[in-house]
Amino acid sequence: MALDVMKTHVLHEWKHGKPLIACRFEPQGRFLFSSSEDYTLQRWNAETGEKIAWEAHDSWVRDFAFMPDGETVISAGCDDRIIFWPTTAEKLEPKLEIVAHKGWVRSVDVNSDGSLIATGGNDRAVKLWSPDGKLVREFVGHERDVYSVRFHPGGQFLLSGDLDGKVHQWEVNSGKLVRTFEAKDLHSYNGGQQVHYGGIRDIRLSPDKKLLAMTGLHKATNPLGAVNEPLNYLFDWESGSESKKQPAEGVGGIGWRIEFLSDGSEIVASGGNGGGFLLFFKPAEEKPYHKLKLPNTARDMSVHPDGLRVATAHHDGQIRISKMTEKAA
Amino acid sequence: MPRNTGCNVFDHAVSRRGFLGAASAAATVGGLLTPVQAEAVQSGHKRVLQLYLQGGVSQFESWDPKPGTKYGGPFRAISTSVPGIQICELLPHTAQRMHRFSIVRSINLKTNDHGQGRLFMEKGRRAGEFPYIGAVAAKYLSPQRPTLPGYLHITTRGLNDNTNAFLEAPYAQMKLEGVQAPANLAHPDKVADDAARRREEIRSRLSERFAGRSGQKSFVESFESSFEMADRLMSQKSLFESEPSAKDVERYGSHPFGLRCILARKLLENGATCVKVTHHGYDTHAENFNFHLEQLGEYDKTACMLLDDLHDSGMLDSTLVMIYSEFGRTPKINQRYGRDHWGSSVSVAAGGCGIKPGVVVGATNPDGTAVADREVDAGHLFHTWFQALGIDSTADHAIPGKTIPIGDPTKAPIEEILA
Repeated sequence: MALDVMKTHVLHEWKHGKPLIACRFEPQGRFLFSSSEDYTLQRWNAETGEKIAWEAHDSWVRDFAFMPDGETVISAGCDDRIIFWPTTAEKLEPKLEIVAHKGWVRSVDVNSDGSLIATGGNDRAVKLWSPDGKLVREFVGHERDVYSVRFHPGGQFLLSGDLDGKVHQWEVNSGKLVRTFEAKDLHSYNGGQQVHYGGIRDIRLSPDKKLLAMTGLHKATNPLGAVNEPLNYLFDWESGSESKKQPAEGVGGIGWRIEFLSDGSEIVASGGNGGGFLLFFKPAEEKPYHKLKLPNTARDMSVHPDGLRVATAHHDGQIRISKMTEKAA
Repeated sequence: MPRNTGCNVFDHAVSRRGFLGAASAAATVGGLLTPVQAEAVQSGHKRVLQLYLQGGVSQFESWDPKPGTKYGGPFRAISTSVPGIQICELLPHTAQRMHRFSIVRSINLKTNDHGQGRLFMEKGRRAGEFPYIGAVAAKYLSPQRPTLPGYLHITTRGLNDNTNAFLEAPYAQMKLEGVQAPANLAHPDKVADDAARRREEIRSRLSERFAGRSGQKSFVESFESSFEMADRLMSQKSLFESEPSAKDVERYGSHPFGLRCILARKLLENGATCVKVTHHGYDTHAENFNFHLEQLGEYDKTACMLLDDLHDSGMLDSTLVMIYSEFGRTPKINQRYGRDHWGSSVSVAAGGCGIKPGVVVGATNPDGTAVADREVDAGHLFHTWFQALGIDSTADHAIPGKTIPIGDPTKAPIEEILA
């Protein structure tokens, strides 16, 4: 069946039972990996929902990445470490552990040929690692916690986003800071509560590499009380200029994850006071052209390699698989 | 009224030679004492420093970590300078100084309401018009001729409570808007100091006459106390006007809490009896972990720099330090990664004057959902603070014609942390 965003519906609910944090499909689409507040990781058979759970880090895991062949999954923990796991093994034992940051490793990504792994964390550092665990380079320049890292698909650049709403573009080979994209509305300082809030929660390049997309939140009138709304920023990659701001008005929450679909539109998972949503945007338009309310707040999202299924991780301990097609008869 | 603790160096007269010896020892640790620090140590004046984490700091993310348990959250526990005591990894500077603190982990306030929790923690009573800790401290610990108002609160928010209740007006909290000098501290341009002094003397004589004739003595006293407080502040306006040193800003931080703690140290050194510094941003119904990273990251080093300075100057022995909130936060992590209000299993930390360091009192159950051992509440804490300061909290307030116990008579101090 063909992609039909307007017909998106929840196809499966797979229960872990403890609040979930992150989820990611592996590149071949055989498995979905997820993490939970109970410190376990889960591997789900993408077709049957069969689950294996195991204790992994000494804390939560907020992100996953995969080697291009899909045979190794890397988990990014709030315990300083990234751990490499064999994707398909019956018993999941670590292949490699790296003490990557001081504090949380918030984000991890692998470049397109699998020769470099990027991490970003609460120590404000962005680091490059070789697949055998050697530190290749460290990028210094963020003034607050690094929330997200993403390789440019061409491999020449690395992008890293922080709490301040800044995305730095680094040259991978030299470590040089090329330019900074400022998504100012994705950060705010609340003088009454005296807290900084927001951040670049995710970064993504469009398939044609012409647009740089990021998501997060704005209108944080009460950060401590979660009064805020999701917001995407789109930048023209060539010129570096701001192309579009895409608010999801009336949807209380945070944009946790952004991806592009095969028709060129963006899909965002949001969660927060307003519950969970899948939000669909067209790059040329400001408002979402479709919203799917999910049964529970969403905390992460991953689009299956088939481009038709999307997984969301939820606070109620469920993985939900939604299908962006007409319902099967 | 004074309680014989048998533990405080200032229960005994401090000889000049003894003082110089102590000062010399302190000087080897933290550099030479300034004249105001030397005077603060020599005076025997006991003080209170309240570090108030407004909104309700999470006990899991501070004094009672439970990593790997049902509600433990993502942060780990770290060892401290006291073998066997672990606190949250968000407090690494505090952990290195744990031998100067004690923790109470078994406080059950039985309220999840900000206002009720704050009033209980400040008054030691669940209800009724009673003075705040700072007001009581100001009444019984202020020097005969105070150089500053006794009870100062550095904040930019907060309600205007009746902090002195039935105590005299001079003991009420005076709120400072951050590190800004109170308005109108300087004489008007055209009024010379001598003229202002003569004007004040005339005003004072008229007030005395009015009090004698009108029969409204208490009203006039209250009015007078406002002038006295203003006068003290005017004579100390340089405390607010002088920029903090670059070294202090580097150590404490250039953020508002850092600058407030530098001011707090100056106020304590210059004669304030109770200084409360509020650090905002702990009412974390959403993103509890991100906000605790941010807030405790700011609090930890700054507070430790202030405590180091008090220690190095010798003032910590005569300064009770309380680190507290109006309650804690729920064990359950909500759908927004938040923790909500929770008064059933709360922790505080304390150190300095009269506090036995390196002790943990009480315990919560493995998931942190309830007190499991040595349950206490804010009434017990109130007695503990004043016993530590050498005030008999079981005695009545020194108010003519009234019999009002200082602490709740149904509660007792937590002896385990009294030195």
